[in-house]
Amino acid sequence: MMGKKTLTFLLMDAPFETARTTTALRLIDIAARRGYDINVFAYEGAVYLPLASQAKHANAVHGTDAAEEDHPLPREWVAAVMQEAVRNGGKLDWVNCGLCVDERGANEAIAGVRRGSPADFWKMAGASDNVLVIPTR
Amino acid sequence: MADYILIESRDPFDSTETGNFLDLAEGLSKEGSEVALFLVQNAVMAARHGAKAAALAALAANGVKVLADSFSLQERGISPNRLMAGITVAPLSAVIDYMAAGRKALWH
Repeated sequence: MMGKKTLTFLLMDAPFETARTTTALRLIDIAARRGYDINVFAYEGAVYLPLASQAKHANAVHGTDAAEEDHPLPREWVAAVMQEAVRNGGKLDWVNCGLCVDERGANEAIAGVRRGSPADFWKMAGASDNVLVIPTR
Repeated sequence: MADYILIESRDPFDSTETGNFLDLAEGLSKEGSEVALFLVQNAVMAARHGAKAAALAALAANGVKVLADSFSLQERGISPNRLMAGITVAPLSAVIDYMAAGRKALWH
């Protein structure tokens, strides 16, 4: 079993749009379960992933109310992988690109998310055992 | 010389750019690097036995370790027993294993 590692991920996709987001969070979850230290730099539309105001909604087609529909929310997934990392002795440092946040008015993120710049990604990458960039098309 | 984990997420029947990524895998392997190609999401469509994916089959037969994500296969109703020769079913954790081992990781 390899020792503790530090991995950095750069995400660019907005939520609710592509399978890349699901795969990215699956990868982060695996690293969190191993107790790795994880850095995430959220760039462009990915700054919406931890947006605090995401809300479940009813679905008239399904005939369900918001509770019954139980629509998955990326902000809950982000919070869950943060908690999973801590539970296993690691940590998850999630940095939202500040310019991307300002452009989109996406300031209200869940607890544990901080604001940064691409320079943070540079520092994260330099201090990590490995880096994976998951770009948009 | 660096070793690589290449992650292909696109269906080759939808994105012709996947051919360039397979060329990259082949080139790196020919230069002596250990190369693993991990198929995830719609990329696993090309792993089906009988799919017209000659370049992928050639990679698998010529030194590139080709893996297909078990969850992506399950999502798409593709049986692990119906993959072309040389492709192995693997969990997504294989990517993290390779990253932890220091392989350079590239996503397409």
